[in-house]
Amino acid sequence: MTSESLREKYGEMLVKLGEKYPDIVVLDADLSSSTKTATFGKKFPDRFFNMGISEQSMVSSAAGLALSGKRVFVSTFAVFLMRTYEQIRQSICYNNVNVKFVVTHAGITVGEDGATHQIVEDVGIMSGLPNMKVIVPVDSVETKSVLEYLTEETTTPYYVRLSREKFPVLNEPDYKFKEGKSVTFRDGKDLTIFANGVMVSYSLKAAEELRTHAVDARVVNLSTVKPIDREAIIKAARETGKIVTAEEHSIYNGIGSRVCEVVSEEYPAIVKRLGMRDTFGKSGKSWELFDYFHMGVQDIVKLGLECFREDKK
Amino acid sequence: MGVFQVANPTDLMISEKAREARKLIIEMVYSANSGHPGGSLSIIDVLAALYFREMNIDPTNPNDPNRDRLVMSKGHASPALYSILSLRGFFPRELLMGFRKLNSKLEGHVHRGVPGVESSTGSLGQGLGVAVGMALAGKIDKANYKVYAIIGDGEIEEGSIWESFMAGFKYSLSNLIVILDKNNVQLDGFTKDIMPMGDIGAKVRAFGWNVYEIDGHNIHEITETLEKAKSSRNGPSLIIANTVKGKGVSYMENNPKYHGSPPSDQAEYEKALNDIKELKP
Repeated sequence: MTSESLREKYGEMLVKLGEKYPDIVVLDADLSSSTKTATFGKKFPDRFFNMGISEQSMVSSAAGLALSGKRVFVSTFAVFLMRTYEQIRQSICYNNVNVKFVVTHAGITVGEDGATHQIVEDVGIMSGLPNMKVIVPVDSVETKSVLEYLTEETTTPYYVRLSREKFPVLNEPDYKFKEGKSVTFRDGKDLTIFANGVMVSYSLKAAEELRTHAVDARVVNLSTVKPIDREAIIKAARETGKIVTAEEHSIYNGIGSRVCEVVSEEYPAIVKRLGMRDTFGKSGKSWELFDYFHMGVQDIVKLGLECFREDKK
Repeated sequence: MGVFQVANPTDLMISEKAREARKLIIEMVYSANSGHPGGSLSIIDVLAALYFREMNIDPTNPNDPNRDRLVMSKGHASPALYSILSLRGFFPRELLMGFRKLNSKLEGHVHRGVPGVESSTGSLGQGLGVAVGMALAGKIDKANYKVYAIIGDGEIEEGSIWESFMAGFKYSLSNLIVILDKNNVQLDGFTKDIMPMGDIGAKVRAFGWNVYEIDGHNIHEITETLEKAKSSRNGPSLIIANTVKGKGVSYMENNPKYHGSPPSDQAEYEKALNDIKELKP
């Protein structure tokens, strides 16, 4: 399976979309060579603003540009955008303006940089904001489609979470992202694994292994965290009765929490959540960290089997 | 300029508009039994000069792409902005008394749903950044409009304000004019006690801005200085407007209590209206 960088795809798409839409402007805070907005900056220097290490004014100014009719993209590392929570709340979401936050280096796949840079709370923080929608793409193909959709069909705030690492390409090249619609990568009748980001490919591997335990697992990509695909969650609860969630994020306030909310309101079912368990990250190779924090393929398998053990109680 | 400086008719007209607005400010906060009269009364002369003389705006076409923009970064001065916008014809005066009440567009802090308002504000330190963004857009579009931002002297304790000062210099935003309402009072007391800022003019000058200092209640000085700032070709301008918090209502002047409290009873309310009536232009 080939892997591709989501942020490289973002940089590439910004240039493509920038050529087509002269009202696109991009802001960054001294991380443009890492977030890949620098490519846009080189091509369109008049529409690119490197605001320095000043995230607060970057976000407020993004609101001013959007209020003046621009389509605005804002990028930095996910962790540093969080210091502007209140700017996002008041200047972006309350004004309800056309600003897209496309952040990179989210989650533990930042690896060696360690806990200070590995944000696992961001999806929850952003999901709580009125007018904000939250997307965690699974691969470079979905990233491309998301960016086209956001540019061409939306005028409100979005948070798009990308990573430093390359992720396996799971979608066909002609895949079209549909907001709020999950994608079933593998059907199954005994158990549903809801995942997003890199955890979808982990979940597909886990599903293979669960088959050897006679468990037929469905794997669903919940790339839109907000608005969540309630229909798919209710369907999973009704048809498979058992659910595992897997995300490169805290088990609090990400898809784990969202799935629990939906099933408890609509169709109670067992849900086991996999993710960071109320803890900070750690330096290490990114792929080692998944095992360290019990978020590897084997851990998904274990959680899946636990659903059945509890069934017999 | 002689010893007995006589206000020209237009200055007098602006002063009268400011007087009307002061009256509305008091009526609004008294009717709502809450709100921020002090910082509204301190900035109202500047706002009257901007909206009745300096700004290129058309109340019948509030979304004209070529209009001048104003961001009230100190969003608690909503009574000041709302009353001026109404007097200037952006919306009917009857709406003012819905201020801070359910089912009214006149939110407690400045709200973009109100005609003539460019951005919602209320959390300090953000509106200047929004104005920087608008000025950047004006530059990209090679538009002729000016962007104004009103900031408070308590507000500049927010670090984000200084981030925006840096950005204004970097992008040489000659189309950006910021007015600092230096009334020396913030919620908890006097700015010199809460967080002494020293020589603000020198600090902002060191950030690369053009800096002017004026009497923020002298219409002639206000408009003259705005004209200078408007003709800037070498970057953004800050006008430090020395003002009196609560200006025009004797018991509110320089009193931190009236940062965020309305007249406490009918007697105070009537006293306020009477003081405003007798205020010399």
